[in-house]
Amino acid sequence: MKIAGFLLLVAGWLLVLAALVLLHASGPRALFTLAGVAVELLALGLVFRAHRIRRGGPL
Amino acid sequence: MSPVASQTGLAFALFSILLVPFTIAGLALINTGLVRSRNAAHVMMSSLCIVSVAAGAYFVCGFAFQGFAGGPSYTLRLGGTEWNWLADRPLFWRGLDWNGSPAALAAWMQMLAAGLAASIPLGAAAERWRLSAMCASSAILAGWIYPFFAHWAWGGGWLASLGVNYGLGHGFVDAGGSSTIQALGGLTALSMAWILGPRRGKYTHEGMPTAIPGHNAVFVLLGCLLAWVGWVGLNAAGAILLSGIDPRQIGLVAVNTTFAAGAAASAAAVVTNVRFGRPDASLSANGWVGGLAAGSAACAFVPPAAAILIGLVAGIAIPLAIENLELRLGIDDPGGAISVHAVGGSWGILAVGLFGRFPAPVLNTADALAGRGTLGDEGQWLAQLIGLATLLGLVLPLVYGVNWVLNRLMPQRVALEGERQGLDLHELGAGAYPEFLTHTDEFLQR
Repeated sequence: MKIAGFLLLVAGWLLVLAALVLLHASGPRALFTLAGVAVELLALGLVFRAHRIRRGGPL
Repeated sequence: MSPVASQTGLAFALFSILLVPFTIAGLALINTGLVRSRNAAHVMMSSLCIVSVAAGAYFVCGFAFQGFAGGPSYTLRLGGTEWNWLADRPLFWRGLDWNGSPAALAAWMQMLAAGLAASIPLGAAAERWRLSAMCASSAILAGWIYPFFAHWAWGGGWLASLGVNYGLGHGFVDAGGSSTIQALGGLTALSMAWILGPRRGKYTHEGMPTAIPGHNAVFVLLGCLLAWVGWVGLNAAGAILLSGIDPRQIGLVAVNTTFAAGAAASAAAVVTNVRFGRPDASLSANGWVGGLAAGSAACAFVPPAAAILIGLVAGIAIPLAIENLELRLGIDDPGGAISVHAVGGSWGILAVGLFGRFPAPVLNTADALAGRGTLGDEGQWLAQLIGLATLLGLVLPLVYGVNWVLNRLMPQRVALEGERQGLDLHELGAGAYPEFLTHTDEFLQR
């Protein structure tokens, strides 16, 4: 789960870069960037959870 | 060359850089005060070692990777646009003109900034981080990871060029280092807290955190005052050298830095008073430093009222973040470095997009170099968000991965016996306070 979380973090960043390169209209570009950041936040939650579980179960 | 090459600007920058070491000294005192007495000398010694190693690593290759806006760089053509991703300067600072050139001043300032960024993780990893592994980790951060991101934000890299290339405001703007120093250092602190795990005795078998109070609140509060002086210098130097503000605006930078810190400390005191019935000194100190971290990015581009607002939000968010990281997420961060620097710095990055105003003389370095004059503010928030997304999506996995590999090659956590004994005796052979008696109940398994 930890590795998946980190990969998802990178995927979110790539989504942000893709929005920048591929989209030219400001609306869709902002929307896709926000989507990329949302993916990163989800991924961050996953990494936090993975580390909490690794420490020996829910606190 | 930076648009700021006037003798006045360089003199102001020189004086400001002289203050920056106070930031490092302040953080070292804060971290020392927040650990137990048996680790005090180790934390102070670690701060010295980190700064020394970081300065060396930055001298060897850091500035070669980071460079200075307008200097030679490697670019990549992507989607019809040039992406400036790495500086192309010689190693060992060769080719720098030491006759008062902005590039030479920037190299000096950046060396101190790299040392500061590398000092931040110590706050989260204190009382269990081996000195040798800490030096190796700091060398990698200051010589490689910090210069990459700092080039993108400050060296005319692709983040700074978002305004020129994609019409996003002035590009990513960070006058004093909320992103390059604070958020980057805070995310490294988070990585280290994950890799090292909590201190022995921090959590019970049921997973409940126990309080491990620091040993000297006076150190902590004195450290805050020292850090404030240093931060004024750091923000002023960064704003002049790296964001190209008019040196006459240095007063605004100093006032905004002070207001952000004061508002954050006051807000943290109120929050802790509401939560615990009394204002908490260490959390208020964390609020103060968090306000400094949050106010850095926008220090030259917002009116004082906005700086106060930035500080208030930071001062409310930071104590809550510290509490939640410890209680809900199981992260042991003795110095509060993750909340102060990662949360505070991230808020500071976004605050530029929300409150930043860029009058005509204030130009992002990359805009000025491109001869575009003052760009509009439209899309500034998106440029700031992309900078934050880069920190979270690229820098955090990179820092974690590098330190994870380092941990495999060279275990970063001290042995159990060392943690019980205290790192002063275990790693340095002598305690900070030889006359102190040790309370044996601290060694009991909880």
